[in-house]
Amino acid sequence: MSQVRLTIDGKEVEAEMGEALVDVIRRNGTYVPTLCYPGKEQGCLGTCRVCTCKVNGNFAASCTLPVSDGMVVEADTKEGKNIRKAIVEMLFTEGKHNCPSCEKSGRCDLQGVGYEVDMMVSRFPYRFPVTEIDDQSEKIWLERDRCIFCQRCVNLVKDEETGKKIFNISNRGGKSRIEIDVELANRMSEEQALEAMELCPVGCILRKKVGFNHPIGQRKYEVKSIRERALEDAQATAEPSVS
Amino acid sequence: MKDSILRSILAEYPKDRAYLIDILVRVQEGDGHISDQSVQALAEYFCISPLDVKETISFYHFLHQQPTGKHIIYVADTVIARMNGYDAVLAALEQETGCALEETSADGLFSLFETACIGLSDQEPAILIDMIPFTQLTPAKVKSVIAEIRNGKTAEQITNPQGIDKTSLGYIENLVKSNIQECGPVFFSNKIKTEQILGEVCSRSPDDVISELTNSQLRGRGGAGFMTGLKWDICRRAEGEEKVIICNADEGEPGTFKDRVLLTKAPEQVILGMLIASYSVGATEGILYLRYEYNYLHCYLENILSDMRTQNLLGKNILGKKGFDFDIRVHLGAGAYICGDESALIESCEGKRGTPRVKPPFPVQKGYKGKPTIVNNVETFANVGRISEKGVKFYLSLGTANSSGTRLISVSGDVRQPGIYEIEWGITLDEVLEKVGAVDPKAVQISGPSGECVSAKLDGKRVFSYQDLSCNGSLMVFNSQRDILDIVRHYMQFFVNESCGICVPCRVGNVELLKKIQLFVDGKAVENDIEEIISWSKIVRSGSRCGLGTTSPKSIMQTIDRFPEIYRSKTAKQEGPLLRSFSLDEALEGYEKAKRELMPN
Repeated sequence: MSQVRLTIDGKEVEAEMGEALVDVIRRNGTYVPTLCYPGKEQGCLGTCRVCTCKVNGNFAASCTLPVSDGMVVEADTKEGKNIRKAIVEMLFTEGKHNCPSCEKSGRCDLQGVGYEVDMMVSRFPYRFPVTEIDDQSEKIWLERDRCIFCQRCVNLVKDEETGKKIFNISNRGGKSRIEIDVELANRMSEEQALEAMELCPVGCILRKKVGFNHPIGQRKYEVKSIRERALEDAQATAEPSVS
Repeated sequence: MKDSILRSILAEYPKDRAYLIDILVRVQEGDGHISDQSVQALAEYFCISPLDVKETISFYHFLHQQPTGKHIIYVADTVIARMNGYDAVLAALEQETGCALEETSADGLFSLFETACIGLSDQEPAILIDMIPFTQLTPAKVKSVIAEIRNGKTAEQITNPQGIDKTSLGYIENLVKSNIQECGPVFFSNKIKTEQILGEVCSRSPDDVISELTNSQLRGRGGAGFMTGLKWDICRRAEGEEKVIICNADEGEPGTFKDRVLLTKAPEQVILGMLIASYSVGATEGILYLRYEYNYLHCYLENILSDMRTQNLLGKNILGKKGFDFDIRVHLGAGAYICGDESALIESCEGKRGTPRVKPPFPVQKGYKGKPTIVNNVETFANVGRISEKGVKFYLSLGTANSSGTRLISVSGDVRQPGIYEIEWGITLDEVLEKVGAVDPKAVQISGPSGECVSAKLDGKRVFSYQDLSCNGSLMVFNSQRDILDIVRHYMQFFVNESCGICVPCRVGNVELLKKIQLFVDGKAVENDIEEIISWSKIVRSGSRCGLGTTSPKSIMQTIDRFPEIYRSKTAKQEGPLLRSFSLDEALEGYEKAKRELMPN
């Protein structure tokens, strides 16, 4: 792969052509949050926009942009941080996120990112939506109050035999919501159900019959924050890939 | 739907999910809705899950999952309609049909829905009954039309008593007016000689044709203004055995209707442009994406395509040139403004939800089914044919140094002669307003809700060009009596309705902006709300994924800039600890409601 040179916050850095900008920014020490981004291998979804940075003078979601030579990036700016924080705040008001009663607390990406962007309270009015729980399938249930509509489950969780989508979307715009195909969901293995729950960046997809199984203080982001993990993972992306 | 009927519909299309929306439209037309049983059958046929089918259905507002009345009426709720008696027409419709909006009448005869602009702003109020347009409505006209339907007539029979052939121009002109007020050198002045021009194009090399287009400086007329020659050149050089040409006839920007008129009066000129594109980049597949609101043009266009096939202008070895194979299919939309975005349109062509894709890759690299794809607007293709006919010099002689040629504008609102005008780039706003007979103009919305709101007083000398007012084809004039705030509110409601919902800033932010603008409309805003609405607008514009969210707050920001007095007059000084928007009664009502529910006794 060929190398490219770009500028991040005034500092010239090198990266491999085609790498996701967000990975390169993080590798160079600046934490930019993500919620929908499942990592380089699985590709970007570009839905949450909390990785928005200024690139060549325009704002863009940095997970969606492959780096290119001469790119000028402003990641660590007051304006960019404000936009990222505002988008996180939007998510907290759009749904109902009551961390103390959520079993994903301590291992929830949205909660972790909320801390990292210094969110105390949302500037937008809280909507307190009334949503419907979907508990029809045997292994998992959907707590839609917490869905941030990131599309990870829709795009990445497939029936292992037929390749059909297990999670879908219905409706459009603010009325959109996530649906689950009960028949296909019932065919999920225990491992796949666990993976789906862990893939969900919030507490929307949950496994049935297990819950609150990690003691407070030992949960994922309590052991190591979402920021530290993201920066460490970004370092790993620099290592030469084994083919 | 009966299995046998569904099977006969399916037999008309290749077994390819790309045709799902066309098929869903057919099922919708047959049954009035798409039942769970049809969903199940389609899912099995295409080897996808039923929810996957519903995912597509629920994205498009002309597709219904619940049964509807025998006749479906869509009322175009636009700011222009509201200036021309929309309320009275809607009231008459509700009265005569016996159902309110979003409802079906008790006798099962009618369902009534609202819809956004249906491309008839020069003849509103307008409605679609079973997709047949009825224009310039009055309560009296509504009464007589509904009475005729009650007497057993169809919308088709009412509008076309003489039984004019549906494939003819006369059929369309009998339904809607073309209202061409001023034609110029590029459009409508004389009919293009398709065969002759295509023959000449084919005698040159594709590189030559593209460089001619590049030299003409033609830019995409859809709105973004990308250089057409460059787009074609990238597509020509893109890797891929098969390439695709798509004509974007999803004219959804409120106030725009020039593509409808182009497809009515000069469809051959548009198709010629697609043919030249196919020759230039080596594409074999063409799609004309027609918004469902223009379904009444469908048979007419199919007939023209079929005539062109007979003349060997479409199909294999076109005009005897070996290997020049190209054909066009009409793909129907099903009601989604966002499909005007080229990547959303491609998703829709593939039979999916019209969600804008993440870019890069761009459609010219990876478009329809991953193939390099050119998506151009109807008017862009129409320009191409004329450039090929008359040459670059001719085209460069029109317009300005940086904006060559002419463009069509769809004019509506407070003007004496609404309709279509062909203007040369370089004309000023004052000149346009005079030309169209603007009456006491105060604000002018250029390029629809996503475009520019300018002041007739302050911006009269501004120039229509890609450097200044890069008009996308819509021009709505509002006089000094119009309620600008209410128009902005209506635009925001439109964007909330039409947001696909895939990205957070657009899905959530536009709702917040709508609520904020409502505060001003209601006179409950305080000074801080002006700062906040500007700052939130910037966030939505900066963070959104596609052109919808990056432009939707423009009308707010521009009206604050151009007409600050309107906002100030609706803003009060904050007094006391409670916001003006805070209603004590409303806040306490929740308590009363909870008490009633939790302690009924």
